[in-house]
Amino acid sequence: MTTSTRPRTLYDKLWDAHVVLDNGDGSALVYIDRQLLHEVTSPQAFDGLRLAQRQPWRLSANLAVADHNVPTTDRSVGIEDPISRAQVEALDANCAEYGITEFKMNDARQGIVHVIGPEQGATLPGMTVVCGDSHTSTHGAFGALAFGIGTSEVEHALATQTLVMKKSKNMRVTVRGQVAPGITAKDIVLAIIGRIGTAGGNGHTIEFAGEAIERLSMEGRMTVCNMAIEAGARAGLIAVDATTIAYVQNRPFSPTGEALAKAIAWWNTLQSDDGAVFDREVEIDAASIQPQVTWGTSPEMVLPVSGRVPNPANEADPVKRNSIERALHYMGIRADQPITDIAIDKVFIGSCTNSRIEDLRAAASVLRGKRIAGNVKLALAVPGSGLVKRQAESEGLDKVFIDAGFEWREPGCSMCLGMNADQLSPGERCASTSNRNFEGRQGAGGRTHLVSPAMAAAAAVAGRFVDVRHISAGN
Amino acid sequence: MQPFTIVTGKVAPLDRANVDTDAIIPKQYLKSIKKTGFGPFLFDDWRYLDKGDLDIDPATRRKNPDFVLNDARFAGSTVLIARENFGCGSSREHAVWALTDYGFRAVIAPGFADIFFNNSFKNGFLPLTLKAEEVDALFVESASAADFRLTIDLPAQTVSTPGGLRFSFEIDPFRKDCLIRGLDEIGLTLQHADAIRAYEARQKVSAPWLAA
Ligand code: SF4
Repeated sequence: MTTSTRPRTLYDKLWDAHVVLDNGDGSALVYIDRQLLHEVTSPQAFDGLRLAQRQPWRLSANLAVADHNVPTTDRSVGIEDPISRAQVEALDANCAEYGITEFKMNDARQGIVHVIGPEQGATLPGMTVVCGDSHTSTHGAFGALAFGIGTSEVEHALATQTLVMKKSKNMRVTVRGQVAPGITAKDIVLAIIGRIGTAGGNGHTIEFAGEAIERLSMEGRMTVCNMAIEAGARAGLIAVDATTIAYVQNRPFSPTGEALAKAIAWWNTLQSDDGAVFDREVEIDAASIQPQVTWGTSPEMVLPVSGRVPNPANEADPVKRNSIERALHYMGIRADQPITDIAIDKVFIGSCTNSRIEDLRAAASVLRGKRIAGNVKLALAVPGSGLVKRQAESEGLDKVFIDAGFEWREPGCSMCLGMNADQLSPGERCASTSNRNFEGRQGAGGRTHLVSPAMAAAAAVAGRFVDVRHISAGN
Repeated sequence: MQPFTIVTGKVAPLDRANVDTDAIIPKQYLKSIKKTGFGPFLFDDWRYLDKGDLDIDPATRRKNPDFVLNDARFAGSTVLIARENFGCGSSREHAVWALTDYGFRAVIAPGFADIFFNNSFKNGFLPLTLKAEEVDALFVESASAADFRLTIDLPAQTVSTPGGLRFSFEIDPFRKDCLIRGLDEIGLTLQHADAIRAYEARQKVSAPWLAA
C-alpha cells in the first residue's frame, strides 16, 4: 500500500491496495482476491496445474460454474452435444479433484458467471476479480477491479493468486443529469459506446460517474460495466455508495458482524478523490439519451430508435464508408431506412448484460397483456441464474412471458453466443439484449440488433423496432 | 516444470526440413480440452495410415511401418533431431504439448520457427540449435550406431555423443536459467511466494473478510 497523499482515482486506490511487488518498470505483481471459473477457458489451465504438480494457491478464492455450453431446455436429459458435454464434465471433474466450490448444472444457484458472482456476494467492493472471460468487467459495478484474462493467466492466478500486470490509464465518463423516463442502463451504455467508439477505452480503465449513473440500481450498474469491454476498456468501475453497500449485505459469501462493519468502513472510501486526475474525461448529457438500437455489426454502430440507418455516401472517410457498406450488406438493411422499419424474426432476452431480475421485470411490464407479433418466430427469455428464475417465477413474470408467447428457459449464456443449441439461422434478425452484434455471433449469418430488455419486449410485440415509450403509453 | 540440466537420451532421427505444426499435431486435435494426451497423435498424418480423431482409439489404427517413431529401435526416444526450420506454421502450443507428452525433452535442428521456439520454453522443452553440418554429423552417427544416445549438458551448453562428437550451442541466459531451475512464468512468480504470503498476512489484518 502506498502512503501517497496526492488525490487518487478509484482505480489508483484499487491498484495500490493490491500490489504485492512493484517491478519498477510499470508492471507489478498484483494480488487476486477472487477468481471465477467456467468450463470453456479453464480446462487447459487445470491441466497445466496437474502437469506441473501444483495446487491452487488459495482454494476459497475460487468459485466455478458452467454457463456457456449448458442447455436452456430440459436438463434432466443432460447435454446432447458431446464436445459441449465434455467441457462441462471437465469442469466438474477439475473442481472435484481440487476441491473448488462449483455450482453444477442442476444446482439452483447455477447461472451465468457474471450474474452469480454478485448474487452470491462473491463479488465485493474493493476486490480484484478475474475470470477467463472478457465480460468480467461487469463486476466493476461494485467498485471492484475486475477484468478478463486468458487461459495461461487463469492457470497463473490459480497457482499463485497473483498476476503480472501493467497499470492502465484512467478515464472517466460522466453522464450528467437525469435520463428521461423509460431510458435504461443499456441505453446509457450504448449511447456512451456510440460516442467514444469501440476502441475509445483502449488502454484505460473507465470509471462511470455522474448523476445518471448514481441513480442506477446495482443491476443497471452491472449492465453499464459489462459493456466497458465493448468500449475497449478491460475494466469498468463505478464508485461505492449506499446503493452498493445495501446490495452486498446478507449474501452467502459476504461478511457479517464485526468484519462487515470493518468492510463497510473501507468500502466507504472507494471513490475517486476530489482533484484526482484522469488521463481522459468524457461528458454526456443524460437528457439527450433516447432508446438505443444497434444497426450494424459493431456495438458502436448504434442509433436512437428515432434515427435512420446511415448512408455510406455521406461518409467522407473511405475506411468508415467501407465498413458501413459491409455492415449494411451483412445486416440486410438499406441506407436511410428508419430504424422503426426494421422487422425482426427472433427476440432474445438474456445474457450477462441483461438477465437480472430488474431486466426481466422491465420486459414483463411491456409484455403484460400483450402477444408477440405473428412474424416473430421465436422469443426467448433466459434468466441469468437459477435464483433470478425463481424470483421471477415468484413474481409471476414467467406467466407474463409465456402468455405473451415467449419461451421461458433455464439459465445460461444461451443465444448470446450460441455455443449451445440456441442459435440464429443464416439471415435471421434478432432483437437481443446481449452485448455483441458481431457477424455470426449468435449463429452463422445471424443478424443481431442490441437493445434494452424493454425495447426487446416492445420489438417482440410490434414485430419491428419501436420506441418502447410509445407502446407503454398506449396501454 | 521439470528442470532441464543434463539429459542423456535415445535419439529419434526425423530426417525432414520444414516440419510444420500441422504435421506435429493436426487440427482436429485442437478441440481437446486438455494440454496433455496429445502424445499418441504426435506426427499423426505420418505415423498412421488411416485418419484419426480425438474419439478414435490410436491403438486400433494402422501404423505406418516406415515412420521413424514406429521403428522399435527408436522406442522411448527423448531427443528428436530434425532439419532446417522446425515448427513452422501456426502458433498452436499444442505442438509443443504433443512433443512433451510423447516424452521428448528436446529437439535439435539447424533452425526453428519463432513462435514454436518461444512456446517451447514455456513448457520446459529445449529447442536446441546447432549448425547444419553438426546436425548432419548427428544423423550420420545415428544411422551407424544401434541404440544411439546423446547427452545434452545445458549448464555447459554442449551436446556430446558416444562416438566422440562434441558441439557447443548458444542459448539466451535468462531462458537457460529458467530451464535449469524448472521455472515457467508461474514458477518465476512462485519465487516471490514469501512476498505473496506477506501480502496475505497484511490483508488478513486490514481486510479479514477477503482472507476468509
Ligand atoms: S452471456 Fe454472453 S457475454 Fe456473457 S459470459 Fe455468457 S457468452 Fe459471454
